[in-house]
Amino acid sequence: MRVSMDIELKDTPGQLLLALNPISELKGNLKSIVHHHEERTPRSTIPVQLVFEIEPANLEVLIGRLEENGIGVARVDEKRFTAHGAVLLIGHIVHTDIQDTIDTIDKTGFAEVVNISLSMPQIDMRSSASLKIDAVGKNELHEAISVLRQVAIKKDLLVIEPIEAEIS
Amino acid sequence: MRKVRASIIGFGSVGQGVAEVLLKKGDELKSLGIDLDVVAIADSKGAEVNLAGIDLKAALGRKREFGTVAIDNLTGEDVIKSVDHDIVIETTPTDIETGGIGLVNMVAAFEFGRHVVTSNKGPLALKYRELVEAANEADRKLLFEATVGGAMPIINLVRDTLAGNEILSVEGILNGTCNYILTRMMEEHASYEQMLAESQELGIAETDPTYDVEGIDTACKLVILANSIFNQDATYQDVDVTGITKVTLESLSLAYDEGYVIKLIGEVKKDRLRVSPRLVPASHPLAVGGTLNVASVCTDLAGTITVTGRGAGSIETASAILSDIVSIYKD
Repeated sequence: MRVSMDIELKDTPGQLLLALNPISELKGNLKSIVHHHEERTPRSTIPVQLVFEIEPANLEVLIGRLEENGIGVARVDEKRFTAHGAVLLIGHIVHTDIQDTIDTIDKTGFAEVVNISLSMPQIDMRSSASLKIDAVGKNELHEAISVLRQVAIKKDLLVIEPIEAEIS
Repeated sequence: MRKVRASIIGFGSVGQGVAEVLLKKGDELKSLGIDLDVVAIADSKGAEVNLAGIDLKAALGRKREFGTVAIDNLTGEDVIKSVDHDIVIETTPTDIETGGIGLVNMVAAFEFGRHVVTSNKGPLALKYRELVEAANEADRKLLFEATVGGAMPIINLVRDTLAGNEILSVEGILNGTCNYILTRMMEEHASYEQMLAESQELGIAETDPTYDVEGIDTACKLVILANSIFNQDATYQDVDVTGITKVTLESLSLAYDEGYVIKLIGEVKKDRLRVSPRLVPASHPLAVGGTLNVASVCTDLAGTITVTGRGAGSIETASAILSDIVSIYKD
């Protein structure tokens, strides 16, 4: 998942390294770093903003290690879902238990249906739906769509997926 | 100047297109060092043979007037076996069940030491490996640019222009009829059935549209791409095929609201051959409308290359055949 974090460094040499080392030790992937050397917090520390990708399980460990190193963690903002995709379904969507269809994605733990638009022209005619799916990463988005594909076969629904370039 | 004697086997829309293009481009061919004579034309009713070179204008006129070029009671296979010539232009109708007469013609051509240039998908989708082996054994060429995407260059693009690149995937719209129907459904807010009827009226879809709308035509083209570009030994059975018959107007509208169009996309990768309706971002290069074909070739060095062009039509297909003929003799 993607995390944006505000930290505070003491104004002594080597502090930035103390903040960054734990991220790489925990296999985090640093995306951006903004270092306001000329600014000071009321506590006379230097504010730094980090954005990185890290396994969700490692975030607490990371915060612990930063604090051990004497780095102040002022704000942590996690963004669980970094991949977003749209998928269409065509068929008897409601009558084949739409709740169950959505649940199969939500139950994965790594992806969720976050929006659904449904169009039902007439009773007994096939309906169409667009689903927006959020996932923790691109691989997980692929996996979620593949889970949906399996369910759709059982329910005789047509799944219209994005082209490869859209989700890779 | 190289003297080349050719036969046109199959004189329907594509075969006649070839004759028209050869009439028009005789001088250009000569400037490339190729002096091409058509010494035989065969259709389903018989053949015309003239070792001094057939008058193509007269042959086209006769076909239009009488529905056949037949003068002699010879089949295409007879011509290939008995008339001395260098190159067989095979444009008989495709048979996707058995390869049909096209397969017989191609096998015979190699047996008698003649090159084959073709627009006929069936034999290539069914018996690619055997045909390539027969061509190699005879030390003759088998060229088939016209089988995929009509005038749109894809096979030769990958083989010649992108030589040295590893091809990671090919993704695209390879059937103009499906593209037309889906494009028009959205434009007219009309149902699949209505727009199928319109395209049948315009001659864009066949009376029996199954081959196009069920994705079978696209699947055959994928098999040809998989075998020729990815060096696989794939057949139609290896393709996961879903057509466009279930695509609803409502789904097109929902897609549009999200910034997408729906297209029947064929996809070739090392481990997957798939034809299915897909969501394409409206601003993506694959989102071409009307009857256009398009293909994105994803490579390791050149990145993604996208080509688009007319996928059908007798002159367009003949253009691909002409470029194959030239490529045999320019080396």
